[in-house]
Amino acid sequence: MVKVNGELFDYDGKTIAEIAELTGNSTDRIAVELNEEIVPKARYGEVVAKDGDVLEIVRFVGGG
Amino acid sequence: MCLKSSALSGEADFLKVPTYDEMYSALEERHGAELQRKFASARVAVCGLGGLGSNIAIALARAGIGELHLFDFDKVDLTNLNRQQYAVRHLGLPKTDALREIIAEIAPYCKVTAVNVRLCRENIPQLLSDAPIICEAFDKAEQKAMLVNCALESLPNSVVVAASGMAGLGFANEITTRKISKRLYLCGDGKSDVDGNSLFSARVMLCAAHQALAVLQIIAESQ
Repeated sequence: MVKVNGELFDYDGKTIAEIAELTGNSTDRIAVELNEEIVPKARYGEVVAKDGDVLEIVRFVGGG
Repeated sequence: MCLKSSALSGEADFLKVPTYDEMYSALEERHGAELQRKFASARVAVCGLGGLGSNIAIALARAGIGELHLFDFDKVDLTNLNRQQYAVRHLGLPKTDALREIIAEIAPYCKVTAVNVRLCRENIPQLLSDAPIICEAFDKAEQKAMLVNCALESLPNSVVVAASGMAGLGFANEITTRKISKRLYLCGDGKSDVDGNSLFSARVMLCAAHQALAVLQIIAESQ
């Protein structure tokens, strides 16, 4: 299981890009940390989540 | 040092500005010697000088932060005055110049580097390399994400304090600060998009205050 923003999901083996889509996020409005390390945007299609990983998808909305 | 006091009279009228030592002692008296030493030697970048950034920078200047690096490409517009810390006299000025002037009136010995530039993937690694703490204070969601990603990817020693969700008239207590990781703090309610909501000074300032406070905490906890 992969913990995404505090909740467990059966996302083992899925890429960051796939998880972003499954969670309804547009990849140009997020930053993703995998086990406290930033995942470079260029690698969303190749970095794969595995059992026990902790993923934080930080979603940005407009306003400032 | 003297500042012209145009607010007090239309004629040339000069205020005597306290010396560096006088201002430092006043801050030391309020904050304690150890904390003030940390604040005075700190360097913080504020990216975007709108509702978030203008408030963050002023809060940090008031705390006696030694050095502020300010970035924006925009000019002060009438539609900014509902939430940004500018005045009628600043209309049409670059925000970098206007905020530098405001800070000089509050904290004349704060070293301000104000750069009129649009931050992007190409210039962020160089322009933000000197600031160990970076405040993301943009308004567009894609730009916020770009800055946070770029800073965390290309500047491995920097900490980023970002904001997401402060539009509308929702409850103040929905605005929080979350430490996402060792290098990323996120302030805001996470959901109130400017798309469909207006921005109000009272709520934008809350989010800016969360960001400024997070910065002060990071500095206070540093060695």
